[in-house]
Amino acid sequence: MIDLTLLPDGGLGWLDASGPLSHLVLSTRVRLARNLSTHTFGSRNAAPERETILRDVEAASRESALIGHAVCYRMDSLDVLDRQLLHERHLVSKELAGLDAEGRVRPAAALLVQDRIGVMLNEEDHLRLQGMSSGFALEATYAQVDKLDSELGQRLPFAFHPEFGYLTSCPTNVGTGLRASVLIHLPGLVLTKEISKVLQGLGQVGLTFRGLYGEGSEVVGNFFQLSNQTTLGKSEQDLLDHLGKIVRQVIEYEEQARQVLLRDAPTIIEDKVWRAYGLLRYARTLSFDEMMNLLSGIRLGVGLKLLGEVGLYTLNKLLVHCQPAHLAAAHGLAVDDPALAMQRARYVRKLLEVDAARRG
Amino acid sequence: MKCSNCQEREAVTELTKVANDQVTKIPLCERCASELGLDTTLAIGKTPLATYIAAMGQGLKDTTPLTDPGAFVCSSCGATLQDFRESGRLGCPDCYRTLGSPLRELLRRLHGATRHAGERYHPPGTVTELPSPERRGPLELREQLRRAIEAENFELAAQLRDQLKDLV
Repeated sequence: MIDLTLLPDGGLGWLDASGPLSHLVLSTRVRLARNLSTHTFGSRNAAPERETILRDVEAASRESALIGHAVCYRMDSLDVLDRQLLHERHLVSKELAGLDAEGRVRPAAALLVQDRIGVMLNEEDHLRLQGMSSGFALEATYAQVDKLDSELGQRLPFAFHPEFGYLTSCPTNVGTGLRASVLIHLPGLVLTKEISKVLQGLGQVGLTFRGLYGEGSEVVGNFFQLSNQTTLGKSEQDLLDHLGKIVRQVIEYEEQARQVLLRDAPTIIEDKVWRAYGLLRYARTLSFDEMMNLLSGIRLGVGLKLLGEVGLYTLNKLLVHCQPAHLAAAHGLAVDDPALAMQRARYVRKLLEVDAARRG
Repeated sequence: MKCSNCQEREAVTELTKVANDQVTKIPLCERCASELGLDTTLAIGKTPLATYIAAMGQGLKDTTPLTDPGAFVCSSCGATLQDFRESGRLGCPDCYRTLGSPLRELLRRLHGATRHAGERYHPPGTVTELPSPERRGPLELREQLRRAIEAENFELAAQLRDQLKDLV
């Protein structure tokens, strides 16, 4: 069993709802793709080469001020439940955890993590430097990852070309190697049916959206991950500024949509919010998707100040701890055991009850 | 990912559908997308790499007859254009040099640009030149001000302008 207590906050510092605009933005994530100039890319290298990469990066990280005391989790020595646990905490990608369509863990695939910053190793690229923060915090999150990039780049020879920038296995990431994303809750735009317009608009301004778990994942509970689509031809700062500007616009649209809902359909909205609360408070079984949709209703109610019984932190905790691998690990069940739905409902009831008692 | 309409061909684009408060993404191949009346050429920036790589092959046929398939074998890692078209991944840093101008065309289609405009990398052991500490202050502030104005963050821009005024 994986020991997540090795991480000071279990790798979950980003969900404490302390960051800017936490009522709308769950988290901000920034990653930089880097490769070593001395090795072939991940798709072509064999196990011994991958071991060398892991060893070299680990050695460089020990001298880093930011991740000098990082915990290293080797994916190839963890069972599937543990890898899913790390994925559900947004610490590793599906590919690194071997949870993608291919379903195999690549040799020497690993995660180095310390506080809210870390490196995925031997993923598609040799290094994926990543940082995560609570709320809407592009600048602060990038500053951390940028610093780590400098620290490691002074000790490891990164593949860089004067014309193309940082070279990556897939040309969609070349240049800055930067992908910044903001996980945002947009129930107002979904309820007012404006969301498709907004999402289509994103494509036209060089941004894209994904679901709760990033690339290739479904939209659940009205959470959208907005991120830059291109990585070449603009500076890191310009990419961040552009994403930031558009996210602020989307936030404005969401706030407007919420005001429209309150103005035109106050009873319907209030009813929806309280029904969601009632169901979660008393349901005996809950699937993950059903819970996420109901939590979205409550989150909206909290944002609109229609419901004071629940805190944002509680909502965020439910979102993480009621995921299949988290519940399975906590109760010693298989990840597809039907009993998870019961355990999920029980945990939700418990947390909502505690919050209601504290706030009531 | 297979096209959810025909279940046969590879999906190259996604249809975003909103129904009953739920947003779903439906993967579609180029043919099904165009039969459904979707203009896939408008989806630049959203379309997965496969389309571009296919287009890249065509571009090559137009401009460079592939009489010598060896022309596109990377001398460092042995990766071929065929490998790239199948996996969408390059083999090693040198592949970027080997592929040269067809790659520039691909990058233009993917990113709308071919030149890196971000941070320059200085490998271990190289000395970087920085402006003097006195110069760095106003330079950085000016850069931040430019970005704040571009991002329409006027509150920050006003603060930066005042700081700059105090400094110079």
